Amino acid sequence: MKRLFATFLLLIGLIGSMAQAGEDATSSLYPVIPKAAGAPHPEGNDFMRINHKNLLKHDRDLTMRLGDREVKYSLKECIACHAVNGPDAQPVSVKSEKHFCRVCHDYAAVKVDCFQCHNSKPDPDLVKQLTMLPVKDRELAEYLEGASQ
Amino acid sequence: MDRAVYREMKLTPAVWGIAAVLGALIAAAGLAVLYIEHHGHVVTGMTNQIVWGLPHVFAIFLIVAASGALNVASIASVFGKIENKPMARFSGLLSLALLAGGLAVLVLDLGRPDRLLVTLTHANFKSIFAWNIYLYSGFFAVVGAYIYVQMARGMDPAVVKKVGTAAFVWRLALTTGTGSIFGWLVARPGYDAAIMAPMFIVMSFSFGLAFFLLTISLLYKLSGRYIGPNLVKRLGRLLGIFAAGVLYFSAVRHLTNLYAAEHWDVESFILFSGGFYTQLFWIGQVLIGGVIPMLLLFKHTDGANRGNVLIASVLIIIGGFAHIYGIVIGGQAFPLEIFPNYTASSSFFDGQINGYTPTLLEWALGLGGVAVTLLLTGLGVVALRILAMNLSDRNIDPEDVDF
Amino acid sequence: MKLPALNTPLRDLSEVDRREFFKAGGAVATVALSSGVTLMAFGGEASANADPGKRWGMLIDVNKCTSDCNACVTACSKENGWSAEEGSETDAQWIRKVDLTHKQTGREVSLPMMCQHCEDAPCVDVCPTEASFKRPDGIVLVDKHACIGCRFCMMACPYKARSFIHEPLTDQKSNAPRGQGTVESCTLCVHRVDAGGQPACVDACGTTGNGAMLFGDLNDPESDISKALKKFNSIGLRDDLRLNPGVRYSNL
Repeated sequence: MKRLFATFLLLIGLIGSMAQAGEDATSSLYPVIPKAAGAPHPEGNDFMRINHKNLLKHDRDLTMRLGDREVKYSLKECIACHAVNGPDAQPVSVKSEKHFCRVCHDYAAVKVDCFQCHNSKPDPDLVKQLTMLPVKDRELAEYLEGASQ
Repeated sequence: MDRAVYREMKLTPAVWGIAAVLGALIAAAGLAVLYIEHHGHVVTGMTNQIVWGLPHVFAIFLIVAASGALNVASIASVFGKIENKPMARFSGLLSLALLAGGLAVLVLDLGRPDRLLVTLTHANFKSIFAWNIYLYSGFFAVVGAYIYVQMARGMDPAVVKKVGTAAFVWRLALTTGTGSIFGWLVARPGYDAAIMAPMFIVMSFSFGLAFFLLTISLLYKLSGRYIGPNLVKRLGRLLGIFAAGVLYFSAVRHLTNLYAAEHWDVESFILFSGGFYTQLFWIGQVLIGGVIPMLLLFKHTDGANRGNVLIASVLIIIGGFAHIYGIVIGGQAFPLEIFPNYTASSSFFDGQINGYTPTLLEWALGLGGVAVTLLLTGLGVVALRILAMNLSDRNIDPEDVDF
Repeated sequence: MKLPALNTPLRDLSEVDRREFFKAGGAVATVALSSGVTLMAFGGEASANADPGKRWGMLIDVNKCTSDCNACVTACSKENGWSAEEGSETDAQWIRKVDLTHKQTGREVSLPMMCQHCEDAPCVDVCPTEASFKRPDGIVLVDKHACIGCRFCMMACPYKARSFIHEPLTDQKSNAPRGQGTVESCTLCVHRVDAGGQPACVDACGTTGNGAMLFGDLNDPESDISKALKKFNSIGLRDDLRLNPGVRYSNL
């Protein structure tokens, strides 16, 4: 029993150190994440990368169940800002590998369930609203820095 | 009294052959599910009018029969009929297998079967469906425990009786829940009747016992073991009483509806003018599922001999299937009465009798559920000591009145 | 150069949790004065838009509605991005025109049918996963994130208001997400109502139709709809079931 336990601990340690090693090295397979329109997230890209799903899930319930339309995180705004244009200069749908969501989700091999119901292409009215927002130069610079990190 | 000796069933070529056929049926059902998942329910015969189709008929039939297959065990443990004890293990196993097969069909027909876990994370306890989820999973636990205490060495018979009673009560609750799926649908004139719950219980007694008699006869034939003719005869007589019970409840249900003018339209549809559904009722449910089996089972001279019992069991299963088809599909085929005293027409088929033609996909899915049931039963009797080496008549109490 | 790893551990879990705590309950209202300073008021109104004091409803004057007019259906279809092919038994229909003939008197009327947004909605009662739900302001919706596609709500609805989506869909409207394998129905154009507007069908009925539809807050005695309901006789469909639908019909 003791021996079994020790082997188990050793295995966990091994896996852990492998993960550590993976973090330091830069893989050539790492995705090229498309840049977005609009202001950068004040929370930072790392935070969004980890938590976007929780934030979206949390705020979607507020909007859908309680009718709160002033939420901070909504999928249609994500999609409007993060639209990627195809060769025809039109936003691509999630069918394309270039779609913002797919770039990381393909890399992480995590299935996205959103687009069976939600449109993966931006709502044209919403894009107009968002691009009209004033973006300070400093914020833009910060954003570009964050994106190229 | 004979001591029952339980042994695993041997894997003969015939058993392998049946297993292969069942495996193929399950594979076909799997392919059908993937196809429906990919293309959507548009490839089935189900529509926005007939929202529950053939898969639901199969599923409900199997789930109802599941609770009834436990009859023999309950009669042994709860009501103390000692001659049934050697069949009690199999009775429990078959009821679990039937429930598994039925639930598989029900779950795989969902629009989003991938979200099944949501039923556990977001439960609405006002919904009889949510209750059923717990009744069904609880049934697996209770009947599983019941089989265990029967098979465990040196188990106190009092414990077996207690667990058997719990299983008996649980299965009554389970079938009440299944019947209430329809009984509590206040909107539809074809449903909305409290009698649905007790009627489903009697249906479960009848269909479950018929399924039990057929499967145990097949397995004993396959393994070359012996069943006493009097055992079969007694169970056959019981089956006849259950079939009569189903007819009685159906009669009360329809007569009650006929008394209320608001239900005349739907009753005349089912009983007289409904074409296929009317035939399903009179020929399928009443004649094939009720009258003929009762004649076979209650015939005075050589009534309830083995052949008659088996034929009656087959007829009761066919009639029972017709009965559930009539309830599930017939109830939806008749349009909702949103505007009493008006004739309605619209692009959404208001006021029209709705047609339904199941496709091959639905048949594949439903038959796959039956195959799951039979394969699980087979696995159980091959792997575990479920079946007694012989079921002799010598355990029947000679003092017992033989009706 | 070091790239951000996708598996960086959650840096600020408390941030998410705090938001959950403050916003999810609805009974707690918060005001952020500056970063780090938060005011809380327990028992106050939620900041959400669906006001539990309101009950949205509709009054349809059957005498004004005509059989040849389809303005409400066209407007709904355009607004919410659904379309039903003629004769299709599987296409969704959020709203439909029903033509009626009285069996004894022969009177002919036409009216629009959609989700009646019941106070005691059977679809909400029977849904095993709470996907069918009623907003605080009385609008009945389907949470498609929780819908498993069992169709029990379609069996339970006395109005045939719900449709099952039988095929994969693309290019949905951003305000009306809808997808294969889930059930849907009229949302009372909840996105327009939240923005202070009224449903597309009511708008269209007023402009290109016959002005047969009136929308408003049934709880506000000063609203046009409440005044009209007080003055004129109206019925809810299947009133025998006592579901108290939010949609009422006059002159039927």
